[in-house]
Amino acid sequence: MTNDLTRLSASDLASALAAEEVSSVEATQAHLDRITAVDGDVHAFLHVASEEALETAARVDARRAAGEEVHPLAGVPIAVKDVVVTKGLPTTAGSKILENWVPPYDATLVERIKAAGLPILGKTNMDEFAMGSSTEHSAFGNTKNPWDLERIPGGSGGGSAAAVAAFEAPLAIGTDTGGSIRQPGAVTGTVGVKPTYGGVSRYGLIAMASSLDQAGPVTRTVLDAALLHELIGGHDPHDSTSIDEPVPGVVEAARQGASGDLAGLRVGVVKELSGEGYQAGVSARFDESLEQLRALGAEVVEVSCPSFAYALDAYYLIMPAEASSNLAKFDGMRFGLRVEPAEGPVTAERVMSATRGAGFGDEVKRRVILGTYALSAGYYDAYYGSAQKVRTLIQRDFAAAFAKADVLVSPTAPTTAFKFGEKLDDPLAMYLNDIATIPANLAGVPGMSVPNGLSDDGLPVGFQILAPAKADDRMYRVGAALEAALESRWGGPLLSQAPDLKTTELAR
Amino acid sequence: MSTISRDEVARVAALARIDLRPDEVDRLAGELDVIVESIARVSEVATPDVPATSHPLPLTNVFRDDVPEPALPVQDVLAGAPQQEDGRFAVPQILGEE
Repeated sequence: MTNDLTRLSASDLASALAAEEVSSVEATQAHLDRITAVDGDVHAFLHVASEEALETAARVDARRAAGEEVHPLAGVPIAVKDVVVTKGLPTTAGSKILENWVPPYDATLVERIKAAGLPILGKTNMDEFAMGSSTEHSAFGNTKNPWDLERIPGGSGGGSAAAVAAFEAPLAIGTDTGGSIRQPGAVTGTVGVKPTYGGVSRYGLIAMASSLDQAGPVTRTVLDAALLHELIGGHDPHDSTSIDEPVPGVVEAARQGASGDLAGLRVGVVKELSGEGYQAGVSARFDESLEQLRALGAEVVEVSCPSFAYALDAYYLIMPAEASSNLAKFDGMRFGLRVEPAEGPVTAERVMSATRGAGFGDEVKRRVILGTYALSAGYYDAYYGSAQKVRTLIQRDFAAAFAKADVLVSPTAPTTAFKFGEKLDDPLAMYLNDIATIPANLAGVPGMSVPNGLSDDGLPVGFQILAPAKADDRMYRVGAALEAALESRWGGPLLSQAPDLKTTELAR
Repeated sequence: MSTISRDEVARVAALARIDLRPDEVDRLAGELDVIVESIARVSEVATPDVPATSHPLPLTNVFRDDVPEPALPVQDVLAGAPQQEDGRFAVPQILGEE
């Protein structure tokens, strides 16, 4: 075991804590020190909650010392994406309109994290209201990719992915509306899971598109993702779309998968999610991973999902339409920013317009206006209604594909991390990042990204695994098997190949 | 398929209650155009025989027992308000008439 506590997986750290080889205060302090040392460059965090985290850690240590039964992850620190409300900790969703807002309640998943005794290190950066694929739309500056500080960490959950990749936290929470957990995972060499829609409560998530949003784990290993998934998942009466069934056996599946036997498993390669537009190194790693899965006993078949060609178009109708409705609550009346118009009468309506004009960034304005347009009189059926029909077609494609295969696979993102600014002025190019991840959100099926190597440019590539709704365990089995096989070939985790970050001396 | 003109952007921005500067209206007119064109493709396959899916998993109405649950303390809720008065949200005049 390494003596650097920040290098441990959550699972190994949990074992060390349970064996009382280390204390949670030591582990939490080690991560806070790491944040101090590298986050000036990485900027994964918008707020660091040192005091609260150490208090939680001390409480867990005391409970363990007193012989109390605690949750297996008790004392393992975690970072939470800033779109998830946390009582007593500022929650901005990356927007000026919520700058300095402190929520009066906890999201259900945060309640579960707190009840299990995981110290919350802080809140992670993101594209404003989770709208983006690079964190360049955060009102509070970009998060940098720990593999190359001139490149994007993915988005919207770039902060959570970068925090985990830079060893600032072993666990983080992300949210995924069109790929915001999986694409950052791919470009930072980390694991990201979007559970089945309804698998994790959305209560307390600042909603972007309610029929697509889903929270999930951001970690460095598949087993860690499963452990966190099990903790935050399960039915919540506060979310009427939450699935009222037990969480699938994801931890057991991850452990079983790590043993490396995939005999009898059918892996479907989605024909439409490869080829043109995919970087050569991304395609090469993908093909090698398929070979690897074959070597573990899986049968690889090709499946076709023709309607996926329309997924991006449908998504960029449904998402803004729902976002424009969800963001109507930012009216300058009850919370957040209030701006009065520079001249003329100060009425509620004019205050609302002035507040939103000043408080929303470019991408949020773009999407809210597009969504308002799509929902306005005369366009509803042609736009939103048609997009919902495409959703049906995509679900049918998935149903047909899952009749031939147990899981479906593709590269997670078509390219590795691009440089800041490269796609900022071209919304469509930015949106193409999500081409492989969006179908899962439209159909509600679970998806995972697992690191599967470096591209020709030396940057990480992700392998996406999709499973049928409520069969999240399948992707954990496949993901853990692939991870174990690749790591034994690499001689360690992919992240051990990442360049060392410059550290700032601690003044302690 | 109609696309979004500058006037249309200004009209929709008013509906969305977002004050835009003239340069923002110009930029959005150009950018939204591209997206609206891409979206027109959706109607190619969204034929009348295809039912719409509003929700990823089929759910019927979800009810709970009609029992009151404790609400958040008023002061906690008001703590984040831009302005408060006498335990209530203080808001600007609602109606535009003088």
